[in-house]
Amino acid sequence: MDEIFGIPAPLLFGQLLLGLINGAFYAMMSLGLAVIFGLLNIINFTHGAQFMMGAFAAWMLLEWLGLNYWWALVLVPIIIGFTGVVLERLMISRLYKLDHIYGLLLTFGVGLIIEGIFRNQFGSSGLPYRIPPELQGAWDLGFMYMPIYRGWVVVAALVLCLATWLLIEKTRLGAYLRAATENAPLVQAFGVNVPRMVTLTYGFGVALAAIGGVLAAPIYSVNPQMGTNLIIVVFAVVVIGGMGSIIGSIVTGFGLGIVEGLTKVFWPEASATVVFVIMAIVLVARPAGLFGRA
Amino acid sequence: MPDTSIAAGAAAGAIPAPVKDDHGIWGFSRAQFGALGLMIAFLAISPFFLYPVFLMKLLCFALFACAFNLLIGYVGLLSFGHAAYFGMGGYIAGHVAKAWGMTPELAIITGGLVAAGLGAIAGWVAIRRQGIYFAMITLALAQMIYFFCVQAPFTGGEDGIQAIPRGKLFGLVSLDTDLTMYWVVAAVFLLGFLLIHRIIHSPYGMVLKSIKENEPRSTSLGYRTDDYKLMAFILSASLAGVAGATKSLVFGIATLTDVHWSMSGEVVLMTLVGGLGTVFGPVIGAAVIVAMQNYLAELGAWVTVIQGVIFVVCVLAFRRGIVGEIGNLLKVKL
Repeated sequence: MDEIFGIPAPLLFGQLLLGLINGAFYAMMSLGLAVIFGLLNIINFTHGAQFMMGAFAAWMLLEWLGLNYWWALVLVPIIIGFTGVVLERLMISRLYKLDHIYGLLLTFGVGLIIEGIFRNQFGSSGLPYRIPPELQGAWDLGFMYMPIYRGWVVVAALVLCLATWLLIEKTRLGAYLRAATENAPLVQAFGVNVPRMVTLTYGFGVALAAIGGVLAAPIYSVNPQMGTNLIIVVFAVVVIGGMGSIIGSIVTGFGLGIVEGLTKVFWPEASATVVFVIMAIVLVARPAGLFGRA
Repeated sequence: MPDTSIAAGAAAGAIPAPVKDDHGIWGFSRAQFGALGLMIAFLAISPFFLYPVFLMKLLCFALFACAFNLLIGYVGLLSFGHAAYFGMGGYIAGHVAKAWGMTPELAIITGGLVAAGLGAIAGWVAIRRQGIYFAMITLALAQMIYFFCVQAPFTGGEDGIQAIPRGKLFGLVSLDTDLTMYWVVAAVFLLGFLLIHRIIHSPYGMVLKSIKENEPRSTSLGYRTDDYKLMAFILSASLAGVAGATKSLVFGIATLTDVHWSMSGEVVLMTLVGGLGTVFGPVIGAAVIVAMQNYLAELGAWVTVIQGVIFVVCVLAFRRGIVGEIGNLLKVKL
């Protein structure tokens, strides 16, 4: 099997793998957005900047403190998640009574500030982050060479997504969260501290974005624009999947990544726009999104 | 989510200024008519003491912001992708003026028409969802148009279209001197401004406002709200296209900057600073932001940071915007 549909097999599988990796990031990012939107009713436009901060934080830990990738994987979500908690307490929490649009504008502004500061500090050319030694090299799968790190990213993202799903669907904390999404005042009346839960949920969503950034650091170069370019595609992913279901976000994210990868093989010029075209088609056919509730 | 209109947000955060019910002149209240007179007087004398190219840039962005405000201020739709229509208007006008030798007025009209067509397609898709979904969809569609502009042969990719001739107005008047060009730009701006005013004071505009206040109620009264919203989107997109077309003729260049999402953010910022849903707010907001970019240009990337800070401050503490605050102080609607 050297060729499939007239395409050399290594090329096809290579792009499929790339698509799968992009899909992993789409899934993690749209999952974070969906969790935040569910409880806060805010579209977190800062999400891209927080993803970028995650990558930079990993780079700083390595270059400035000598803490390696595995430390970064643990510490970065805590640090960046904490900045999210501060942001929610100081600013976002003032907007809950207002139109949702103001939340979007505020987080957009915060994203601009963060991106601008990093661009001033580090330039826009991008910094290299080496793949940790444990994950270097590649496996020979027979039909293609699979870089170990890329496989690790896909598996790690899947595990994180499933863990989030389990946390929200199967635990008591998740049950509180789902209840508060449906009817926050009632949950509060039962003695649950809803404002604290809202804050921690935002922090959790941000931490997910930050882990995404750490995972992305060795693959893409660490640069201030890395998040913004991603977040617009993720918005389209969110519109396609609908924000109603967690599994929906995960499936849509991975699925669209794969579709994008395949488009790169068969019609490279369209690969940048295919997700947006799918979004338009889905909106015409099924406005609530594939998994959304009307 | 019982109520997702922006009016509800404004009501919770900022009480709208009490409106004196005077019908004034041509649909303007007396205060608005006074402000309009001031604005026209400024347009007439400013080129003699301010740099005309700066003024032209300002007016193009002011028209762009007014077009954007037609959607957010009067229909309650936040489009986060208006750069697509602005930038595409610029590309089309630049292309037809340079490659086909069209006269400037035809180039501007063509730019506006193509933007209208684009707006018709994007609007038709986007109005299926409301609120923040609408914002995300318009942003995603605009990003698609951006990638189209990166790849399409006529846009010149990273270089853009350069050396666009200003040409001769109606084939007669050469626009090569800045002052002559300025009068044309001022006329385009004023026509667009008055057209928007006419639209929002027509019976059609009243329906738009009712949709913004309470869409289900408008539907129950028998209005096809989707048709109204789509028409508003097309009008807004075409005026944004006209603004972009004019800008590309003024500067002789059309580039990717004008279709990029950050331009969409800038027009939101201009309108927010000036005052969402005010008649003169977008003009003042555009003036503030363009002047800021001009004077702070040497700060480089810090301009982005400053813009972000302005966003945050406006949203947290200053939701009425400059003109909204002045109107509130004087108890008039501007």
